[in-house]
Amino acid sequence: MNSMIYKKKAPLLFFLLPALLFMVVYLYYPFVQNIINSFCSISGLGTSSEGLNTPWYANYVEMFNDPNMRTAVKNTLLLVCCTLVFQVGTALVLALIVDRIRVGAKFFRTLYFFPIVISATALGLMFNLIFLYNGGMLNQLLQKLGWTTANIDWKSEKYYFFTMLLPILWQYVGFYFVILVTGLNNISSEVYEAAELDGATGWKRIRYVTLPLLRNVICTCLVLAVTGALKVFDLPWVMMGAGIPLDMSWLTGTYMYNQTFTRGNVDYGSAIAVVIVVLGVVLAQIANRVFKEKDY
Amino acid sequence: MKKNRSTGGRFSVSKALSYLVLSFWALTTAYPFFWVIVNSFRERGEIRSDSFSIPWPWTSSFTLDNYVTANQRSDFVTGYTNSILISVVVTVVVVLLAGLFAYGMVRYRFRGQKLLHGLILAAMMFPVFSTIIPVFRMEVMMGLASTQNRWLSLIATILPQIAGNLAFAIIVLMGFIRSVPIDLEEAAYLDGCNVFQIYFKIIIPVAKPSFATVAIFSFLWSYNDLFTQTFFLRYPQEKTITLLINEISSQAGVNYGLMAASVVLVVIPVLVVYVLLQKNIIKGLTVGAVKG
Repeated sequence: MNSMIYKKKAPLLFFLLPALLFMVVYLYYPFVQNIINSFCSISGLGTSSEGLNTPWYANYVEMFNDPNMRTAVKNTLLLVCCTLVFQVGTALVLALIVDRIRVGAKFFRTLYFFPIVISATALGLMFNLIFLYNGGMLNQLLQKLGWTTANIDWKSEKYYFFTMLLPILWQYVGFYFVILVTGLNNISSEVYEAAELDGATGWKRIRYVTLPLLRNVICTCLVLAVTGALKVFDLPWVMMGAGIPLDMSWLTGTYMYNQTFTRGNVDYGSAIAVVIVVLGVVLAQIANRVFKEKDY
Repeated sequence: MKKNRSTGGRFSVSKALSYLVLSFWALTTAYPFFWVIVNSFRERGEIRSDSFSIPWPWTSSFTLDNYVTANQRSDFVTGYTNSILISVVVTVVVVLLAGLFAYGMVRYRFRGQKLLHGLILAAMMFPVFSTIIPVFRMEVMMGLASTQNRWLSLIATILPQIAGNLAFAIIVLMGFIRSVPIDLEEAAYLDGCNVFQIYFKIIIPVAKPSFATVAIFSFLWSYNDLFTQTFFLRYPQEKTITLLINEISSQAGVNYGLMAASVVLVVIPVLVVYVLLQKNIIKGLTVGAVKG
């Protein structure tokens, strides 16, 4: 863009500075401070640090030997995988289907997107009622259908992961759905007509025409899904609280919150936060690589 | 634009199947909300035995007790006022600053631009809890947080929320402004407009749907952000509606009707906003998300 208008750079300061200032003071500086905190010894939320830990990387050593942290990382990675497969997968299937119809497409889009605008806290409370042991919606439904006679404890060792996973997956399917539908609408009809002349119909058309053309959009979705899954906090926090059952359901986000705010291990919590961000950057890079190189 | 690529209005098995699958997902999306709303009007104790019937107003199952109880326990007027005050201020500032920033980023070429763009993308990845502790300490030092003064506490909540929403807003707006044809701006420039006039008279009107989307999202996220609010708003007169509801339901114990009513009280304003503005929400978002 070589337009004359934008040759003079002076107004640029006016455009960039206010927002940048905000982000430096409230995002970047605290973020760096947080990294420093992770090497320090801090006894309380409002108090300043009492100098470096001995050795300075003590928190990171502790993390390696912390079984709960191992559980948290394992659960989070599992959650990321499930998100990729089920969330983006469901969204993709629904988007491909909605692309075939005309009447009502808008209605479905509006409805599917709705859960995203609701606070995770409210959704967590709602799902607590649904998964209630004694008379929750799911148990009542299963008994009405005659599939089970006894109440199922959805937060027991057997079902906890499913109970935690389902609301998270459910909430964000609509988000990826909307992005994918937009991508589908951008594919021009000439491409489809040409494909049809070459004999590509039905499944073949999806496999050899739609999916390759949609690759970049799917890639965007996957990267968003990975970073989104790592940030998940409110829903599992409201539903599973302190790692129930028996410290099994920790995620990196909930464990970090628990360490910092419930147990007052501020510096250890900071170290976990650093790990969350590092994990996010690494996974997003991997997702980017893997998907970009895949050839249809 | 939607193309004419489906088989038309004719009935076919595959089409019926399509609608079946789509309706199934629609049901799983809508029914839980419906179920909670219905049960918030149900007589206490009946939820656990019979939650699927509808408690029509003329039957004995119907009650408003849950809402009366919720109202007795907390001051909802103050709660909604605080929530709306915070969210409106956050929205206005975010839209204003993010718009300026996105415009500068898209139209100008300068050194360090790539780095700056990377920083914005990175900012989207920071979880709130990785910045909140230093922010809290900083605000205590500035005399904003932990003062027992309602207005200062609200400001203490607003500032980090603005910062938290900026990155997303900038990325969406950049996607949109990039798609505005530069000819418009050049024409305005030849007519004697300077960059500021171009921004306010050309960019903002053209990019209005995108600005609307960003505004709506900032509003909703700020309204729904329990985490930051828990941190800075601790005294009764400062509490927002989400905080109040969370409190009520954590004290509700086995009073499931009360829990359902609290969920409904938080969801209703959002539902109203969503239904009124849903066109802007989805349209503007996807323009930015796919191209950004």
